[in-house]
Amino acid sequence: MPGSAEDTIVGADIVAAIKASGIAHVVALPDIVTSDCVLWPIARDPSLCLVRVCKEDEGVSICAGLDYTGVRSLLLMQHTGFLDSINAIRAIAVEYELGLCMIVGLQGMEPDREPPQSDKYGVRIVEPLLDVMNIDHDRLTVRGDEARIAPAFERAHALRRPFVFLVTRTPR
Amino acid sequence: MMLRDECLKILARHHTGEIVVAVYQAAFEWRAIKPDSLIYLGVGAMGQASSHALGLALGRPDKRVIVLDGDGSLLMNLGSLVTIAEVAPRNLIHFVCENDTYEVNGGHPIPGAGRISFAGFARAAGYRSVHEFGDLNAFSQRIGAVLKEEGPVFVVLKVVPGELYPQDFSAVHSAELRRAFREALAKS
Repeated sequence: MPGSAEDTIVGADIVAAIKASGIAHVVALPDIVTSDCVLWPIARDPSLCLVRVCKEDEGVSICAGLDYTGVRSLLLMQHTGFLDSINAIRAIAVEYELGLCMIVGLQGMEPDREPPQSDKYGVRIVEPLLDVMNIDHDRLTVRGDEARIAPAFERAHALRRPFVFLVTRTPR
Repeated sequence: MMLRDECLKILARHHTGEIVVAVYQAAFEWRAIKPDSLIYLGVGAMGQASSHALGLALGRPDKRVIVLDGDGSLLMNLGSLVTIAEVAPRNLIHFVCENDTYEVNGGHPIPGAGRISFAGFARAAGYRSVHEFGDLNAFSQRIGAVLKEEGPVFVVLKVVPGELYPQDFSAVHSAELRRAFREALAKS
């Protein structure tokens, strides 16, 4: 079971971990889970370049272009946008071997449950879809989880494989 | 109307080391007309060329980036016009070969063929400058100056197919060519 509400992951810690990963460009569409405590702080942070996109598959491609120039980036989105972008992720990140780093908010996820136990069909299918696509993934739920961000993204770049962190609870 | 390959031959004469992001038939023809290691082919279809180009333009502000888009392709990613205009990369030049068809997928007409205005879309989105060419002489006379404009620049080419070029899909999906592009860009 997830930890208590007091243990909930902190948005500032996620942002710090993103920056510690060498990421300076964040490509995003607002996600209600990460909006207040991750995306707004990123938008206000002068050390980060935020690219606001109209649709998430644009973000997959912008991150790809950046990667070819040697610039690390992050795609931040809601799980609905991830579902909508599956073909772009399939082609550009998986088949074309790109270390695409993604943080995805599970909108509607019940805070006291695990994703497979969610009542929401759209939430329940995300991890199985990632498994079918052979995309590595992990969860960001409680304090301390952010420590896994930098190593996972480093590995994604080294192996040229996409990686997804699923935010399962609205960060504090 | 202009023959697309004739347009690309003129563009090739003005090409001075810019990154070229090309889709479908324009990609096949550009590779034949101007073989170059700085051609980016791995756009993954579904209209994503302009978004890849935006990433390249952001990551390498010292390099000019040319997109050779298709009209059917751009219709799948029209929002990218707004995103690009918002970011406003000075080094991005976005060409659209408008032939009113999904040429590579059987020649079916695009929705709105002959009625919609890609130049109008780009103007409304906020591109810094927008041009439209349907005459080869005019294109030939003005393209040199257009390529020097501050981006984002949008150029509509009203074209029909010209000479037949082989459709080398293996090149579009080639891991070796993607690696070669990455290496060439790092050295340029």
